[in-house]
Amino acid sequence: MDEIQRRLLMEIADLHEIPEGAYNIRSNGEKAGRRTTEHIDIVTKTDKPGIDVIIKPYTKNESVHIPVIMTETGLNDTVYNDFYIGEGADVLIIAGCGIHNCGNQKSEHDGIHTFYVGKNARVRYVEKHYGEGDGTGERVLNPTTIVHVDEGGYLEMETVQIKGVSSTVRRTEGDLKKDASLVVKEKIMTHGDQVAKTYFSVDLNGEHSSASVVSRSVAKDRSVQEFVSRLNGNNACSGHTECDAIIMDDARVTAKPELTANHVDAALIHEAAIGKIAGEQLIKLMTLGLTEEEAEAQIINGFLK
Amino acid sequence: MLQLEHISYAVPEGNGTKTILKDVSLSLNERFIVITGPNGSGKSTLAKIIAGILKPTGGKITFNGTDITDFSITERAKAGISFAFQQPVRFKGLTVMDLMNLAAGKRLSVGKVCEYLSEVGLCAKEYVNRELNASLSGGELKRIEIAMTLARGAKISIMDEPEAGIDLWSFQSLIKVFEKLYRETNDSIIIISHQERILNIADRVIVLENGSVTADGSKDQVLPAFLSGACPRIG
Repeated sequence: MDEIQRRLLMEIADLHEIPEGAYNIRSNGEKAGRRTTEHIDIVTKTDKPGIDVIIKPYTKNESVHIPVIMTETGLNDTVYNDFYIGEGADVLIIAGCGIHNCGNQKSEHDGIHTFYVGKNARVRYVEKHYGEGDGTGERVLNPTTIVHVDEGGYLEMETVQIKGVSSTVRRTEGDLKKDASLVVKEKIMTHGDQVAKTYFSVDLNGEHSSASVVSRSVAKDRSVQEFVSRLNGNNACSGHTECDAIIMDDARVTAKPELTANHVDAALIHEAAIGKIAGEQLIKLMTLGLTEEEAEAQIINGFLK
Repeated sequence: MLQLEHISYAVPEGNGTKTILKDVSLSLNERFIVITGPNGSGKSTLAKIIAGILKPTGGKITFNGTDITDFSITERAKAGISFAFQQPVRFKGLTVMDLMNLAAGKRLSVGKVCEYLSEVGLCAKEYVNRELNASLSGGELKRIEIAMTLARGAKISIMDEPEAGIDLWSFQSLIKVFEKLYRETNDSIIIISHQERILNIADRVIVLENGSVTADGSKDQVLPAFLSGACPRIG
């Protein structure tokens, strides 16, 4: 692995060295490394590109890293990864994709991830996207995440895209059974002419199921963002969706929350707020000795923290 | 020493202008100064002009011999002037700890932050990692704002109605904070206030009415007439 690949791994997965526990590293469309453990198996799919990650029931305090890195310009990589999380397991899954494109052709990675979260299992899933390189070729990431959460299961999904991705369309779909929960925390910052669109759709099918989809974003320069969040309350359940965006310069931001209650005991809430940084926030930090630029950076960093 | 010379401030209104401050000149040497007066008299405007948040339409400000009239907010803060807002600002994502570190200009220990928060009557550990967002009440924000003033340790701390929105119990703590600042530092405090208890611990009380200074002196000179509704006139 060369210096660029190591840096990408550090950016997307905080990996300075080979991770502990199970991992599968994909580099330029090929398997670059894999380790399985007693409780976590990783199997290459035979019908299409991708892997099956199989986590045994009641596996506790283990993690799986599945980063993807791309350094070749003009590569279009689509991968299908399925995760089977056994009953009662409690694990951390760290994914992410980093693209270094110093050529003039588009580099694109489309990751289609499907989660089958077993009864009473708990999963924390972290996915970071990052792009770099001084070429004119676009850096495109289009992740799709499909989540099936069985009774009493819990999935927390944290997605971060702060830098260097020209275009992204994220689709997340979920269906939840009785007492199941889904928590999504999204953080996005776009610059230049970047485009980021995220679509969430969650079916709260089970009694006492719950979902929270929260997006915080900053749109700078001429970038465009769109956030669509759809919650369908099909039983006695609770759902909350929130989009909070800071808009700057000539950027454009659209937020479209959509709630549908198909049950009288479905409690659904949406909040959406888009606005520029308040002048009084800048002034307050300037009275503490920060310049306007430093104050703006502090406010944005805090907002996306 | 802070010197205000012929400060005026006016804003556009209709086809003309509305004067907020008229030819205000003050030499502010004392350690504890309270500026008081009726609503709309120009007190907060004067405080914001000192902090650089508003630019005067006329006049000059010098601080320890340096002309700071054209200094930005940041430059005045770096020169040693701090400002606590009447309506504290909320920040999504920034925690009390973050703001206290920014105020101090360095990374503070959790223990030190707790010390500052305790001084303003907050149960410190509960607040250190809380965001300064809508989950905090106005009174809590106000006390955090004053704790930030303590952490900042500026040569001149200006506070715009620090008592506003604070309950009686916390108000007692606030008085103790001012007394401690007075006793344990060489820094100066300028407070905009209507509160008799704050007026009572001042070295000097300045009364503003309709944008002009109408009374100025020690509390013993100014307060009896001011509190009875008949201010002694200056000059």
